[in-house]
Amino acid sequence: MKKTLDSNSARTARPGVTRRRFSVGAGAAGLLAGTAPFSIGRAQGAALKVGVLLPRSGVQAGIGQDCQRGVEIAAGVLKDLGLPDLAIMNGDTESNVEVSRSRAERLISEGAQLLVGAFDSGHTTAIAQVAEQKGIPFVINIAAAPPITEQGYKFVFRNFPTAPMIVGDAFTNQKEVFELAGSAPKSVVFMHVNDTFGTAMKNGFGAAMPKFNMPYTMAEQIAYDPAARDLSVELAKAKATGAEALLVVSRLNDAILLTRELVKQRWTPMAVLSVGPGWYEDQYLKTLGKLSDGPMSFVPWYDPNKKVSKQLEAALAKAHPGINLNTNHIYTFEALLIAADAYKRAGSTDPKALADAIRATNITDNVSIGPGIKFDAKGQNATLKNAAIQNRDGKLVTVAPKAAASAKVEWPLAAYDKRT
Amino acid sequence: MPADIYLNVAVSGLLTGLVYGLMALGLSVIFGVVRVVNFAHGEMMTIAMYLAVALFANYKLDPLVMMVPIAVVLFVLGYLMQRGLISPFINRPEHSQFMLLVAIALIMVNGLLIVFGPDAQSVQTSYSYDSFMVGRLIVDATKVYAGAAAVAVAAALFAFFRFTLIGKAIRACADNYAGALVVGLNVKSLYALTFGIGAACVGAAGAMMAVLVDVTPPLGPAYTLLAFVIVITGGLGSMPGALLGGLLIGITEALGGLFFTPSAKSMFAFGLLVLVLLFRPQGILGKRPS
Repeated sequence: MKKTLDSNSARTARPGVTRRRFSVGAGAAGLLAGTAPFSIGRAQGAALKVGVLLPRSGVQAGIGQDCQRGVEIAAGVLKDLGLPDLAIMNGDTESNVEVSRSRAERLISEGAQLLVGAFDSGHTTAIAQVAEQKGIPFVINIAAAPPITEQGYKFVFRNFPTAPMIVGDAFTNQKEVFELAGSAPKSVVFMHVNDTFGTAMKNGFGAAMPKFNMPYTMAEQIAYDPAARDLSVELAKAKATGAEALLVVSRLNDAILLTRELVKQRWTPMAVLSVGPGWYEDQYLKTLGKLSDGPMSFVPWYDPNKKVSKQLEAALAKAHPGINLNTNHIYTFEALLIAADAYKRAGSTDPKALADAIRATNITDNVSIGPGIKFDAKGQNATLKNAAIQNRDGKLVTVAPKAAASAKVEWPLAAYDKRT
Repeated sequence: MPADIYLNVAVSGLLTGLVYGLMALGLSVIFGVVRVVNFAHGEMMTIAMYLAVALFANYKLDPLVMMVPIAVVLFVLGYLMQRGLISPFINRPEHSQFMLLVAIALIMVNGLLIVFGPDAQSVQTSYSYDSFMVGRLIVDATKVYAGAAAVAVAAALFAFFRFTLIGKAIRACADNYAGALVVGLNVKSLYALTFGIGAACVGAAGAMMAVLVDVTPPLGPAYTLLAFVIVITGGLGSMPGALLGGLLIGITEALGGLFFTPSAKSMFAFGLLVLVLLFRPQGILGKRPS
């Protein structure tokens, strides 16, 4: 009996869980949202140590891992091109800006002599600040926000078009597609992710659209969270505008969610015009099967006729059968190509010598569309060009520009409820 | 904007809110009885979602059909967690309990990352893309099924606590801990049972949620936070309050996104929470502290 009373006293004596403590705890639990696994680093011999920062986990993990395929197939192709070995040190940005910054610092402290990454404009901006501060060259694989190369940085180089370049090319290619199709939407609803990339693209659209005399008007702009788990409200709002076509700037997961909602809400627009990633990714094609057919992406792409493109296609087919070569692979590969080429010419791992060598880059034997890789005074390759690609039976075909087209455009979008 | 869109969005929010409510019900049951705040609640739901995904991927078992077995698995997990890990912390300060459950949550998130990887995984049932059309109202079939299942599970739970002896004993522990000991109730076992029941609720909610959203390991902390918002809004320790909180948050998010900007729809849920804390600090259906 005594024991019972004692334990009872202890029980009743402990301070109660108050609402305030509960709420403080709840807030602290929210901090957990940014946690994820540690990255793994490795290095080899005297090769140039390249820290590759990608979103390997978190909401952009699918795309980050797709970029990683570009890293995996690079070694063999670079060797065939007579370029020196690179020792890859992997870093995971966890789809988070703050983690990107700390991972960049960690890779540099672990000996990375050059950084490559990081797919997302927000993450890339954070890494660029670290690279510049530490004086380590940073070659951007994918990131379109213009300010990154407008800061006067000396160690940051971007071989990827800026948002205005992508938007300008997208409008040009869209007009070509409309001409080939013989019709055009009179209105579009513009849906975009509200991250750094999405906002930069939205601003790009606003600035460029009046100059291109597009045949459509923009019925409404709808911004949404790239980490959203449900986009039913967003799509309902888009459908209610009565727009004929959907213009999107998205990521992978939200592209899948939007397609599901198009089917569930029984709306087949005349076309889905994507200016950015998501709709052409292999995971999109595999997850949605027949429902993935039809959307067009106006994106930085590769020239299938270039020699290195064929080498990359072969390497990817061998390493990852069934995966289509895409922007993620191409631009990640080209970032490593730039690093290896600069290392060869610099003959040194000294960061300044490497940066000077990158600044003097002039690679014509490359993959992306355009004359080749060279950087302007801001560290930007301003000669890159886009293509219009369309999903067709789980494959990607180029429909514009006409010179690079591999198939005729299918127009309008086939009704989602009539696909078997 | 056509009028029917408001009804479409409200119904969608209501159905999602039912599943939210069931998830939060588990948290409320555990807190109401054991007085321990389960900071691993969302992570436990993510485990249930992965179980649903794995069963579907390997055996084509529908998550809604597997809801009961998954709830049983989570019940066992919750029961063992309470007996083995949480019970020794019952009389310790709250910060010790908090750290314990945060550690468990982290282990769960990283364990899921190791086992399943970071890619989003989904369940594509035969009805994944179905919708019902009633006049101009279009309702997502998966949300209807999940919402109906949530109502059924919540009703069963209410009946359990109201009509069974064990349910009454658990309520006695919650109402008067000393009294429960005096009349000879095995409180330790009842606490473990309660934790198991709370975990089973979240297991059932996870199975339903698996047909609604893609699952990734980092979802856990987000759902833990959401569950807290719901139970604080509805009233800590109140079962009807948890369900009401779920409905309110679901509808608020949906209509907030429609009337204002969708990218800020979570803001409206937190706005509702702030209003409740200001004007009814005990929550809508919570009891005012005596």
